[in-house]
Amino acid sequence: MKPFAYHQPDQIPDAAKLLASIEDSKLVAGGMTLIPTLKQRLASPVALVDLSKLGNLKGITDDGATITIGAMTPHAVVAASKLVQAKIPGLAALASMIGDPAVRSRGTIGGSVANNDPAADYPAGVLGLGATIVTSTREIAADKFFRGLFETSLETSEIITAIRFPVPLKAGYAKFKAPASRYALVGVFVAKFADGVRVAVTGAGSGVFRVPPMEAALSQNFHPSAIAAIKIDTDGLTSDIHAEADYRAHLVTVMAKRAVDAALS
Amino acid sequence: MGNVIGIGASPKRKEDQRFLTGRGNYVSDIKRPGMTAGAFVRSPHGHAILRGIDKAAALAAPGVIAVLTGDDVKADGLGSLPCGWGISDAKGVPMKEPPFPMLAQGKVRFVGDMVAFVIAETPEQANAAAELLTVEYEVLPSVVGVLEAVRPGAPQLFDDVPNNICCDWELGDKAAVEAAFRKAAHVAKLSLVNNRLIGNPMEPRAAIAEYEPGTDRFTLWTTSQFPHVVRFLMGALVLNIPQHKLRVVAPDVGGGFGVKQFHYGEEAVITWAAKRVMRPIKWVASRSEGYVSDRHGRDHVTEAELALDETGKFLAFRVNTLANMGGYLSTFGPNIPTNLYGPLLGGVYTTPAIYCNVKVVFTNTVPVDAYRGAGRPEATFVLERIVDVAASEMGIDRVEIRRRNMIPKEAYPYQTPVLVQYDSGDPMGCLDGALVAADVKNFGIRKSESARIGKFRGLGYSTYVEACGLAPSRFAGRLGARGGLYESATVRVHPTGQVTVMIGTHNHGQGHETTFAQIVSEKLGVSFENVDIVYGDTDRVQFGMGTYGSRSLVVGGAALSKATDKVVAKGKKIAAHLLEAAEMDIQFEAGKFSVAGTDRMKTFEEIAGAAYVPHDYPLEVLEPGLEEQAYYDPVNFTYPGGCHIAEVEVDPETGTVTLVNYTAVDDVGTVINPMIVEGQLHGGIVQGVGQALFENAVYDEGSGQLLSGSLMDYCMPRADHMPMMTVATHSTLCTHTPMGVKGCGEVGTIGSPAAVINAVVDALSHLGVTHVDMPATPNRIWRLLQNASLPVAAE
Repeated sequence: MKPFAYHQPDQIPDAAKLLASIEDSKLVAGGMTLIPTLKQRLASPVALVDLSKLGNLKGITDDGATITIGAMTPHAVVAASKLVQAKIPGLAALASMIGDPAVRSRGTIGGSVANNDPAADYPAGVLGLGATIVTSTREIAADKFFRGLFETSLETSEIITAIRFPVPLKAGYAKFKAPASRYALVGVFVAKFADGVRVAVTGAGSGVFRVPPMEAALSQNFHPSAIAAIKIDTDGLTSDIHAEADYRAHLVTVMAKRAVDAALS
Repeated sequence: MGNVIGIGASPKRKEDQRFLTGRGNYVSDIKRPGMTAGAFVRSPHGHAILRGIDKAAALAAPGVIAVLTGDDVKADGLGSLPCGWGISDAKGVPMKEPPFPMLAQGKVRFVGDMVAFVIAETPEQANAAAELLTVEYEVLPSVVGVLEAVRPGAPQLFDDVPNNICCDWELGDKAAVEAAFRKAAHVAKLSLVNNRLIGNPMEPRAAIAEYEPGTDRFTLWTTSQFPHVVRFLMGALVLNIPQHKLRVVAPDVGGGFGVKQFHYGEEAVITWAAKRVMRPIKWVASRSEGYVSDRHGRDHVTEAELALDETGKFLAFRVNTLANMGGYLSTFGPNIPTNLYGPLLGGVYTTPAIYCNVKVVFTNTVPVDAYRGAGRPEATFVLERIVDVAASEMGIDRVEIRRRNMIPKEAYPYQTPVLVQYDSGDPMGCLDGALVAADVKNFGIRKSESARIGKFRGLGYSTYVEACGLAPSRFAGRLGARGGLYESATVRVHPTGQVTVMIGTHNHGQGHETTFAQIVSEKLGVSFENVDIVYGDTDRVQFGMGTYGSRSLVVGGAALSKATDKVVAKGKKIAAHLLEAAEMDIQFEAGKFSVAGTDRMKTFEEIAGAAYVPHDYPLEVLEPGLEEQAYYDPVNFTYPGGCHIAEVEVDPETGTVTLVNYTAVDDVGTVINPMIVEGQLHGGIVQGVGQALFENAVYDEGSGQLLSGSLMDYCMPRADHMPMMTVATHSTLCTHTPMGVKGCGEVGTIGSPAAVINAVVDALSHLGVTHVDMPATPNRIWRLLQNASLPVAAE
């Protein structure tokens, strides 16, 4: 680890000011990605701005048609939340599948969404549910937020404060874990709303993406058989030592079917 | 007598108290006054010419004390890292043995090859300065696979090693094998890859070195499985330090699996550097550093052929293997795919003729050496796979073909055509036991239950034997060993009757402090808690060859047994004097020396007291004191073996293989501590399952980059991959070890890969699948099913 300055502001504007004023500064939430990167000396920010002392960033609230989860809420809390389990059981299930118990206790929803790891689970839930990312300065629709490999539409000094999820009629997540890392080799989130179905895929490509043909088919008939024959183009899908693109494409269909099954069960 | 806990009991492990309460003493726990920190600069390229190193920026960095490179090693006239085995080809031509400098000179030959050593006040400063070292490389193409390395035009690692072939080794009667193939009714053929593995002990490697100018002595604390061997190899052959001026300590070590049974360049560099800077130096590898510097295991490409008569009897077996050595010869490197591989190709069968050719090949990868099982899992995999292939092709049941060829119990001792003679065994008994324990007769029901939910279930057998208890020195010497392979033990009885044992094996997870104490408790009748086992320090332990090759109990335990016998013999002399009886009339039982047929006796403690306070003692004929030492060199290997049965379920939709049942019935000879044996079996089986289903070290051809360079990409087996295992023993006694023991450290790893893959092939055989390479990953299985061009139902 290389030396860096450490700030622990207790007001969001102070945190934003630090980010804006210190070049090469980084936010740290749960630190589940950032800290290992620092330890391996792969990143060397000048300063870390720790969000843990900011008030009101933790917790889950029921707004009726939506559920709002504070950015600093750990995965374990979302997984165990009676409210999330009752209203969006697929999202609670997704949170329970992230990493291991230690990661779920420290890692946060805001950190995961801001990092936008191409194999992380939350981006699939956020995009699949068409959630809204609430930041220190504005609200961003999930469809406009994720910009591919570790890229988002966040500005330098912008801080995610919460994610607001619309409550679907049904939703489910199915994850095929990469054998070693247990990130999603392919993860698919499906959500059924009154006005249609959304399908979001993580792990398969350079960033989370939707699958319009599956959405159309499931909007007609929300059943695994509706998408069994839909094949995903391998263009833009990842090939690595664990899986070539054609296998990932195949898994998208299999996991999408299983996600629908999970949503129906 | 007190609380005797002897042979056959399962007390809790003595060492676990300190490990589980955080009171272990590992190398990285040790702090020396004035200690500095070292960091190695390693090659980022698989193959490159070293054009120059500019130390200036690194030397100017904060806290830096010194920067050392290969040129400094050369200037000091230091030796090359030695190879402990010298094998030869069929004509007797010795293997090519290019130098392995402790810091690279002229060229780097794998990603991770050491280029420089930076010493600074703190680890952070050393790491920061290491990044500032300017190394000019002229990058050359790398070759990482054995098939590619022997092709004409392949990149050449060494100028004087044509085609990268270190040795073209062979074993067996080639002509007899050819003759047998000519009259065969059937020939089964199999091409396979034995995947490359990375050991991943829990504790990464680490070392501390210190030089004391007052006594001109060096001390090296290192994560080693064999400190005395490091003292000899490094002191005598690399650094020219006299043995009496060098102390090597291997304190608590967090797992080895073979990875820590070599003399590493890091040990030599840090010891040499400690005198140069006149300060103690500590180096602790990161996990990532371990991936590119811990010696790797396995990595074979093999073509095998089995000749059978019309009844399925094996007539001859022919094996041609290319074995990867990596960029240099490691301590045991060339011995593993040759002497520990070819002689095991007879397995538990009566195959009369066997021929094996192994081309040992250099590549731009981390040096390859022993990893749990070392050569024997590779041999077992080839043999047990091809037996299944032959059975399937000839339409003979897989169990039946094994029975028809198995060595019957009454045929032992059994001389194989490949050097080794099995002293004892009962493979049929192990097979029968395993068939019952695995509930094979109801497998059909379980298979149809799986089919009902769209899964394919398969059953796989591995009836295997291995050679362990390394090793009879005379035999090993004929095969090319450059050292002995005996073991030594000292039993020191204190005046109050407690016992300290100094033994040359090393305990890094095996439970020696418990098992050896049980042997002493049983043989001397002393309390289990009154026995301490000392190991891992060349200043405290007389000598030793360390722990590997399932040798600690077999060879070290035998030395300990001999030493306790000597203690009893001396005790009888003392007792005869004190009891005024003839020595031949003294009996020793349950901690008491008594005169036969009388109630006159002395306790073990009384005899110990008399030995150290010799007021009434036969000083004219007997020395005071009660401490005995024994060295033991085995007369043969031991041959544990058994039958493993794996049951898997394959999800054809994703290609995922799930191990659902595992049964092992093994013959490990006498069992000292059943709980520890069971634990060894569990751990060994999991490592074998890891090879079969998950683990794979993958290099990029051309660049030589290790693509599976972290736990994020190298898949270790986890608890949730494993079902509950059924582990049992069906033992015959070894005829030549003092207690009838055979060893159990590697059996799990040796028997299991073949059982698991045979089960996977069985599950898919109805689709025409005849072989699956390891690891049987979901991606690989799915692709096999695609290529079988049998559409998988998509609901």
